[in-house]
Amino acid sequence: MKKAIMIDDKDNVATAIVAIDIGDEVEVISSRQEVVCCIKAKDSLPLGHKIAISDIKKGAEVKKYGTAIGKAAKNITSGEYVHIHNVQSNRLPLTKHMLSYK
Amino acid sequence: MDFQGFVRTNDLVGVRNKILVMATSDCAEPAARMIARGFEGVVAVTQHLGCIAIETAPTLTGVAKNANIAAVLIVSMGCEGVEPEPIMAEVSKTGKDVELVKIQEIGTTRQTIGHGREIVQRMLEKAGKQKRGPFDLSHLAIGLKCGGSDTTSGIAANPAIGVMADMMVDAGASVLMIEPIEAIGAEEYLSSRATDEEVKRAIRKWISDEEKRWSIPGASVDFMCRGNIDGGLTTLEEKALGAVHKGGHRPIKGVLKNRRDCLETVPGRGGFYLQEGTHEEIPAITYMAAAGVNIIVFATGRGGVFGHAICPVIRVTGNPETWAKMNEDMDVNASTAMEGKESIESVGRRIFDEVVAVASGKLTKSEQMGFDNFALWRYDSRLEALLGLL
Repeated sequence: MKKAIMIDDKDNVATAIVAIDIGDEVEVISSRQEVVCCIKAKDSLPLGHKIAISDIKKGAEVKKYGTAIGKAAKNITSGEYVHIHNVQSNRLPLTKHMLSYK
Repeated sequence: MDFQGFVRTNDLVGVRNKILVMATSDCAEPAARMIARGFEGVVAVTQHLGCIAIETAPTLTGVAKNANIAAVLIVSMGCEGVEPEPIMAEVSKTGKDVELVKIQEIGTTRQTIGHGREIVQRMLEKAGKQKRGPFDLSHLAIGLKCGGSDTTSGIAANPAIGVMADMMVDAGASVLMIEPIEAIGAEEYLSSRATDEEVKRAIRKWISDEEKRWSIPGASVDFMCRGNIDGGLTTLEEKALGAVHKGGHRPIKGVLKNRRDCLETVPGRGGFYLQEGTHEEIPAITYMAAAGVNIIVFATGRGGVFGHAICPVIRVTGNPETWAKMNEDMDVNASTAMEGKESIESVGRRIFDEVVAVASGKLTKSEQMGFDNFALWRYDSRLEALLGLL
């Protein structure tokens, strides 16, 4: 089964350690290699990209490393791809040029 | 544990025994390059930010004083703002040989090159007589950097480098980390490691000053590259929280200042320090080299492939795709930790062993290729004054 790492128990996103295809069952493991849960991928995402492991309301914190890495720019549901299209920095927003990378 | 290094007259220990040919301006650059051409163990660098960039003099001085350098030949046009004499006076305090050729005094570039090559030949003969000897790890100063980062850097390569950093601090070595922009969002974690309230304030100021430099209304400056975003990094906070992992968990003893007259140095301090400066790869490494760092340990997800003129660069990747494609260019594979096949601690111990081996003379992948990048950062006192940071 394809795997994604949830680095801290407080996180609401996990990082894919292999490329994930839409519809894949994804096993979410902790950094101690324990299975946390299984989720169905609603999007495809490359290795190293993030998948939501719970619903995240617009404006709520997106958490990785147990810390906010930004806030949801729209409602995100469990299994969705999480990246610059639906997350905003709380500190320095990406420039228009950087947003064009996606 | 010992490594095999070169002791200098001022008791600092280098891991390389190079002759540095330093051009103080672009005008002097071609002559400096031709003086160094064809010699093994001679490296040529240039102050390339225009001939009046006197802000770079402390960095140039620090680089020339680095213990990896056995002797220094400064090549000057003769009329530039970066004056060679004060640099020579500082460098000669270390006891190493430092000489100067001024093109406008000698006459022609051809004569200068001939004269310079004679000096370098003599310096090489003298340096060649010096042999490596055993020194404990407290003589080592290690600089940490990441670049071409993706999410594997924060999960595998940087945490493994952090294990190495802790092992080095425990062994008495000095460890230095720069790139304040990549601490934005990690204030709580970094300041919680401060040894006292004064250091805590210094860490917070180190980060908040940098945030001010990058959030000027009306200006739109990129701070993450395509590779970061293609690699899954979504925000600066995510990049920062991954980046600071390479600093391990030992107490932070201070933030080294880059003063206008000199840079604070790290060798002999022992423990973990931060440094003022930039996150831009080569200028950041040059700053750390100017602070006396011997070796750079560099995490790269996407596959950064530079070397550095002064310090060996040990490349560590946590990305299994990068390792599969680019292992010829990578020194340490941390992707085993990304894939859950090896613990972070085990990878960290391998990086530690690699640092000791490189300190004792093992060539890194970039050294095998002969890569010797050098670049400087221009501290802009106008921006600092406008932002009230002076």
